[in-house]
Amino acid sequence: MLSLFKFKGGVKPQTNKTQSVSEPIAVAPLPSRLFVPLHQSIGGTPQPLVQAGDRVLKGQLIGAADGWISSAVHAPTSGTVRAIAEHIAAHPSGLTTLSVEIEPDGKDEWIERTPIDYAKLPPERVRELLREAGVVGLGGAVFPTHGKLTASKTVPMDELVINGAECEPFITCDDVLMRERAEEVIRGVGIFRDLLQPKRVLIGIEDNKPEAVAALQTAVAKLNEKFEVIAVPTRYPAGGAKQLIRVLTGKEVPSSKRSTDLGVQCFNVATAYTAWRAVTHGEPVISRIVTLTGNVERPRNWEALIGTPLSEFVALGQPKADTNGYLMGGPMMGFEMPAMDAPLVKATNCIIAGSPTLFPPKAPEMPCIRCGECAKVCPHELQPFEMYWFSRAHNFGKTQEYHIFDCIECGCCSFVCPSRIPLVQYFRFAKSEIWAREKEKNAADQAKARFEWKTEREEREKAEKAEKLARAAAAQAAKKAAEAAAAAAAPAADSDATPAPATATAAGVAAQAPLPAATESATTTDAPVDADAAKKAAIAAAMERARAQRAAIQPKNTENLTLLQQKDIAAVDAVRQQAGIEPAPAAEAEEPKS
Amino acid sequence: MMDFSTPPYLLNNASVQRVMLQVLAALLPGVAAYVWIFGPIILVQLALATATALAAEAAMLKLREKPLAMFLSDGSAIVTAWLIALTFPPLSPWWLVVTGTLFAIVIAKHLYGGLGQNPFNPAMVAFAVCIVSFPALMSQWPSVGLQVSFADQARVVFGMMPRLDAISGATPLDTLKTALKLEEGTVSVTQLLADQTVYGFFAGRGWEWVTGGYLLGGIFLLWRGIISWHAPLSFIAGLTLLSGALWVWHPAQFANPFFHLFSGGAMLGAWFIVTDPVSGCTTMKGKLIFGFVAGALAYLIRVFGGYPDGVAFAVLLMNICVPLIDHYTQPAIFGMKDKS
Ligand code: SF4
Ligand code: SF4
Repeated sequence: MLSLFKFKGGVKPQTNKTQSVSEPIAVAPLPSRLFVPLHQSIGGTPQPLVQAGDRVLKGQLIGAADGWISSAVHAPTSGTVRAIAEHIAAHPSGLTTLSVEIEPDGKDEWIERTPIDYAKLPPERVRELLREAGVVGLGGAVFPTHGKLTASKTVPMDELVINGAECEPFITCDDVLMRERAEEVIRGVGIFRDLLQPKRVLIGIEDNKPEAVAALQTAVAKLNEKFEVIAVPTRYPAGGAKQLIRVLTGKEVPSSKRSTDLGVQCFNVATAYTAWRAVTHGEPVISRIVTLTGNVERPRNWEALIGTPLSEFVALGQPKADTNGYLMGGPMMGFEMPAMDAPLVKATNCIIAGSPTLFPPKAPEMPCIRCGECAKVCPHELQPFEMYWFSRAHNFGKTQEYHIFDCIECGCCSFVCPSRIPLVQYFRFAKSEIWAREKEKNAADQAKARFEWKTEREEREKAEKAEKLARAAAAQAAKKAAEAAAAAAAPAADSDATPAPATATAAGVAAQAPLPAATESATTTDAPVDADAAKKAAIAAAMERARAQRAAIQPKNTENLTLLQQKDIAAVDAVRQQAGIEPAPAAEAEEPKS
Repeated sequence: MMDFSTPPYLLNNASVQRVMLQVLAALLPGVAAYVWIFGPIILVQLALATATALAAEAAMLKLREKPLAMFLSDGSAIVTAWLIALTFPPLSPWWLVVTGTLFAIVIAKHLYGGLGQNPFNPAMVAFAVCIVSFPALMSQWPSVGLQVSFADQARVVFGMMPRLDAISGATPLDTLKTALKLEEGTVSVTQLLADQTVYGFFAGRGWEWVTGGYLLGGIFLLWRGIISWHAPLSFIAGLTLLSGALWVWHPAQFANPFFHLFSGGAMLGAWFIVTDPVSGCTTMKGKLIFGFVAGALAYLIRVFGGYPDGVAFAVLLMNICVPLIDHYTQPAIFGMKDKS
């Protein structure tokens, strides 16, 4: 038996899981409308491939992956596309996102599905298949799965960690999935194993789910695999990827590294399941298991179509009269759904109906008494009260010194804070402010660079003009001198005149080039003409490099943004724009639309 | 819509009030022993301090336009008040404890920004200010054997009866220091400590039970997770190591560590003062340093300094160093431990 490691911190909230596991997974009935957001994963936003009025089949591609880190989106059932329009997103900000509205025809007619024996395919093809099938991390991070299936070239793959911990209270979708579909989960893990070739496969499940542990162990034995199914101590956030990796392997993945750099990779059990369905059954990700629990008469797990509006979904559980809102995700890291027509998405693992009894109003915030409780429970061993203090003081540089970007927003600190400070809220605020400022700074840097190019060009043009005049004057003087047949004067005029042709070409190029600000590259081509300009160009190039370097380093962690964080930034931007603080930031490319 | 806006939506039931109430509860064994040994007059002082603290707190909150009910009920002012009452001599005049408490709440707490903002421990500020301003009054402690009725004690406190030298003297700690000074070279600590009417079984007579009560309270806080072991144990370690070393070196001149631990403000300091989160260090290493140095300083001041006890000054000195210590003891975070 493997000896387990510990992660520091963590809390033990009431799990509230038993309510929703008494009944098996049920297939949710077809809703009357589906709103399928095109952007459902980290990375590029798929472009719509259908138009209003098109008939689509179940599983038909409606948005192709855009770029390698991106994931395809499919029609969850057969029907008619009613619109491609902005629709409210499953995000606390209440922002909209480009979505495909489908009216189901009730036939639930599949596209042609081709079962594939993936063992016969080269690994790249399998990764492509996963990308085309829209397989993303279903634990909540929705990172495109294929993007995590390449081992590091330098570090051998030691462990593949499969996350069945499901540590958040209320959520049971992975639990029931493991109980009921253990074999397919294990087969899916087999795909990951084949692609990554790890030395060991470790499946971690919190020890409050003995049925799931047993089911997976049985499946492992039956399929003759060597995977180790391990019960880990129940303590939130044991299901955080980094925490589970720590518990099972003893490795701590710092925020600055990818886990593969340490020879370990982690996937959620539901992701393994969908990978199996996608590859060997040709079924893209169009539904998922969603726990519907909390203040409802019938808590249970549903296999629901992506795009199902919240209102139709929650009706299945018969919410009680005093329900006053719905959370997506767990009570620790989830958020309140902004509207009843917001759709279920691939990240929706759980919907909790809230009530004043279930989630009583929070006590008013008091000053921090520096008791250190927050630091004691922080699984990343941060000093939350320091980060809080500096976030409050808008001293964002200091928050970074205290590693604010290592914060996973697990909420443990807020959970225990006796002063009832919404610490996570402060951290999100600080993070999005830092990102926003970084963007502004980049935009300003670009503007500055452009301005410098412009002034430099103007100066050069002025100089060239003056030179041209001088040259003309000199030529005239030379002419006059020639006319005067003063042969002795000629060499001097020659030496004056030699640079003339070169300058003339330079002026020509400059004249041909479009007006300043438009292109930066054009200027570099003509810059080396005279030594001064060359120097200036070299300086400018160095500045540009430095800027690019800065942009590459700061702000930290932007490449690992969760969907939620990206949305937070978008929300902050929106608010800032509304307030007229700042025109749209320059770095449009990374701005998420959903 | 729900009236909550951000995760986590689930919180445990901690509150500042709960923390403070548990600290007050932890003081009860010590208070009980105090009453048993010195009579109920200490309850009068506790009540005086509490009333003053609450009144001062309310006035300051009003002045600073802060929510009155929320902060008045947080219990922090009462903890300060109790610590002041317990460190002041029980028979000191009523205005002394009132002055101390006012100073603690108005100046040491609210002028620095109120709850959570004070760099100095308010109770220790009160003690330091009063012992500097009224050294005689702050050094007169009732002798244990003396039988004075509660009514007479109350009369003394409220100034209706002259302060009799007979009913009050120095603490055992102070007595020892004075005796050693007066009879330089002629008596040894061991001889002095043998006098059980003053020095009891292992520390000051009577005092050993009161300080034992504080120890019990400290263990309770430890068990409840309100405090961590770092600061108190390192404080005790600092005090013990230094006093132990000197005692081993020259037992006739220096009292044993046991005597020091259970005398004066050592136990109260270890469990209730150096553990004050607001004015103390926040990192584990920082707590160890803070406690250890405070313990050593307290010993140095009480043995070599001019005041009867050194805990207050030691703690205040260390309060100044907190930002520095915290800065240099930031722990390595998850995933960055072998970055050395
Ligand atoms: S738990 Fe709350 S009160 Fe305690 S140190 Fe952290 S932020 Fe401050
Ligand atoms: S939310 Fe961030 S700071 Fe708070 S406990 Fe979790 S990781 Fe630590």
